[in-house]
Amino acid sequence: MKYLDEFRNPDLAQTILSRIRSLTTRPWVIMEICGGQTHSIIRNGIDQILPEEIELVHGPGCPVCVTPLETIDKAIAIAGRPDVIFTSFGDMLRVPGSHKDLLMVKSEGGDVRTVYSPLEALQIARENPHKEVVFFAVGFETTAPGNAMAIHRAQQEGLTNFSELVSHVLVPPAMEALLSSPHNRVQAYLAAGHVCTIMGWEEYEPIARKYQVPIIPTGFEPVDILEGIYLAVRQLETGRHEVENQYARSVRREGNRPAQELVARVYEIAPRKWRGIGEIPASGLRIRDAYAAFDAEKKFFVDDIQVQEPETCISGVILQGLKKPPQCPAFGKECTPQTPLGATMVSSEGACAAYYRYQRLAPETV
Amino acid sequence: MCLAIPGRVVKIFSEGGLRMGHIDYSGTISKACLEYVPDIREGQYTLVHAGFALTILDEEEARKSLETWEEMGEVIQMDEPQDSLRDSARS
Ligand code: SF4
Repeated sequence: MKYLDEFRNPDLAQTILSRIRSLTTRPWVIMEICGGQTHSIIRNGIDQILPEEIELVHGPGCPVCVTPLETIDKAIAIAGRPDVIFTSFGDMLRVPGSHKDLLMVKSEGGDVRTVYSPLEALQIARENPHKEVVFFAVGFETTAPGNAMAIHRAQQEGLTNFSELVSHVLVPPAMEALLSSPHNRVQAYLAAGHVCTIMGWEEYEPIARKYQVPIIPTGFEPVDILEGIYLAVRQLETGRHEVENQYARSVRREGNRPAQELVARVYEIAPRKWRGIGEIPASGLRIRDAYAAFDAEKKFFVDDIQVQEPETCISGVILQGLKKPPQCPAFGKECTPQTPLGATMVSSEGACAAYYRYQRLAPETV
Repeated sequence: MCLAIPGRVVKIFSEGGLRMGHIDYSGTISKACLEYVPDIREGQYTLVHAGFALTILDEEEARKSLETWEEMGEVIQMDEPQDSLRDSARS
């Protein structure tokens, strides 16, 4: 078992697809939350082989895409300081701020470095005691445990030159915000498998009950996604609305307790702005007061930067599943992966970038 | 962003006060932190995201879900020997 090829087997995909076809009698709208799933769906053409009745809409599950403009501007303000080494996952470097992106800060002489793990940022801090090392802590529940560990270790080691610019977001409050919108079209969710690997699925049960939507924690390979859709359609067709775990090889009901515990020790739940969507109560994490010394916003006095988002980009509407990328007038014209206007075109997991890359250029009706 | 890659733990060691492992991703080996999977043993598979192992992959669960569909596929083939849907699979 290698846990990859087995779940890309076209024969199994075909079998699941034919079960979905024989189950489906009515139109259904299913949202995949996670940008990684969006990417896999578009790359494998899964949306095009499903029965016509089933529409997949793409959710807000790309942390790069929902990081608010003002957070990017804060990152740029900090990264431009001569005393700072600014570290980040690579996909944040090209996200446009109000005037520039982090790559431009680097070309202007800023010390901006791509890291693969927050522990690398910590190592840079150990090796550069005379510099301030800041890590751009962006992500969902999946990424928070690693970022919490970096702060926890920094405190244990007495490192005073390490801090994080935190823009963590939480998935369930966003799912609820979408469901309670008067424009909501979503009838079932494929929940993000790696978020659930950390958090488990207990917090989804009240949402499934209250809004009467099936919620299926789902993996990322074609067989996973098709099986997730199959489980969702089976519930929809029989009038059930439960949490049903597709990704059992990775996701357990209680999630990863040690990871949850350290996250809760270092961070606390806070309101958070989502780019294009606005502020959602209790939808983010911020550093607890006990760890305030590691909070870059406080250290560098950037917590009062506020900016308005531009009008042209409709990524917020796309992230809510209300429109598809080709319906944006800028799509493929002013806005391409080389000249992105919005984060959904920058991140490879953004819906706009996935549609562009796999040549879904024709407008579709929604 | 939430990409996590399956790999096999080939060696467990301690570094910088943390429990770490060498992870083999079909031939490429790199390091990951194992603090969040305290029970993992060498030889087991995990999913790694941003340098952290998130879970111990459950081989039995993986097999169960694959076998269910393999059996279902055989039943469908017996029922519909000329399965015309086959051509449309792109995965
Ligand atoms: S195509 Fe560009 S401008 Fe339009 S919604 Fe997507 S990111 Fe925004």
